[in-house]
Amino acid sequence: MMMIVALAGCGVAMVLALVRVARGPTPFDRLLAVNAIGTLVILGVALHGFIMGRPEFVDISILYAVINFIGTFAILKLFSTGGLGDRGGKARITPETDEG
Amino acid sequence: MELLLAWLSGILLALGTIALLVGALGLVRLPNLFSRIHAVGMMDTAGVAFITLGMLLHEGFSLISVKLAVVGIFLFFTSPIATHAVAQVAYKGGFSPLEQQPVGKTKVKAAKRKVAQKASRKKVGAAEKTGAKKAVVKKIANKILAGKKAATKTVTRTPAEKQKKAAVKKGAP
Repeated sequence: MMMIVALAGCGVAMVLALVRVARGPTPFDRLLAVNAIGTLVILGVALHGFIMGRPEFVDISILYAVINFIGTFAILKLFSTGGLGDRGGKARITPETDEG
Repeated sequence: MELLLAWLSGILLALGTIALLVGALGLVRLPNLFSRIHAVGMMDTAGVAFITLGMLLHEGFSLISVKLAVVGIFLFFTSPIATHAVAQVAYKGGFSPLEQQPVGKTKVKAAKRKVAQKASRKKVGAAEKTGAKKAVVKKIANKILAGKKAATKTVTRTPAEKQKKAAVKKGAP
C-alpha cells in the first residue's frame, strides 16, 4: 500500500520538476531538474516492479542510474567546453582540414 | 516480526516520499540556481536512501535486495557528485551564489519585493518604539553593561603591561 503512495509521490515530484524544466531561466536549472527527474524515474521503476510483483525491474533501474549519471556529465561538458570530444569544441577542426 | 518489518518499511517509504515532495517543491519555489541545487541535493540523498531502505525491508534478503542496495549506494554517491559538478560549471560560467540572476520580468519582481521588505521593516521598527518593548531593551542594555563590567574586572594585567601603560600615560602629555 505504501509503495503505491510512494509511486504517486514520485509522480507528483516529477511533475514539479517538469515545471522547473519548462520555466528554468538558465540551462543549468533545466539540467538540474532533468537530473532529478532521472533519479525519480529510477525509484519509480523499482517501485513499479515491486507493486506489480516483478521485482526484476531493479536491473533496469541500475542501468538507468548509470546512464543518468553519465548523461548529466556529458551535458555539463557540452555546456562548459562546447563539445564532447577530446578537446571540447575544438575537436571538430583538425589541423589537416584547417590547412588543406 | 513480519508485521514490524512491514510497518518499518511503510514508515521509511513515507519518509522518503515526504523528502521527495519537499525537494521537488524547493526545486520549483526557491529563487536562485544554487538554492535549487541545495533542494535537489536533499531529494537525491534523503529521498533515495529512505525509499530504497523501505523496499529493502519489504523484500528481505535475496538477490533482488542486493541489487536494490547497489542502486541505493550508487545513487547515494553519484547524485551529490552530479549536483556538485553542476554547481561548479555554473560558478565557472559566471554565476555567483551571492547574487540573484534576474532575467526579464523577474527583475521588476525583485525590485517590488525589496520595496515591500523595506516597508515591512519600517512598520516593525515603529511598533517596537511605541510598544511595551522598552523594558526588554533596558534589560538587554543592563545585561550588556554588566557583562562589560565583569570583563573589565576579570582582566588582570601582568606587571610588565602595567608599567608599559604607565609609561605611555607619562609620555602622552
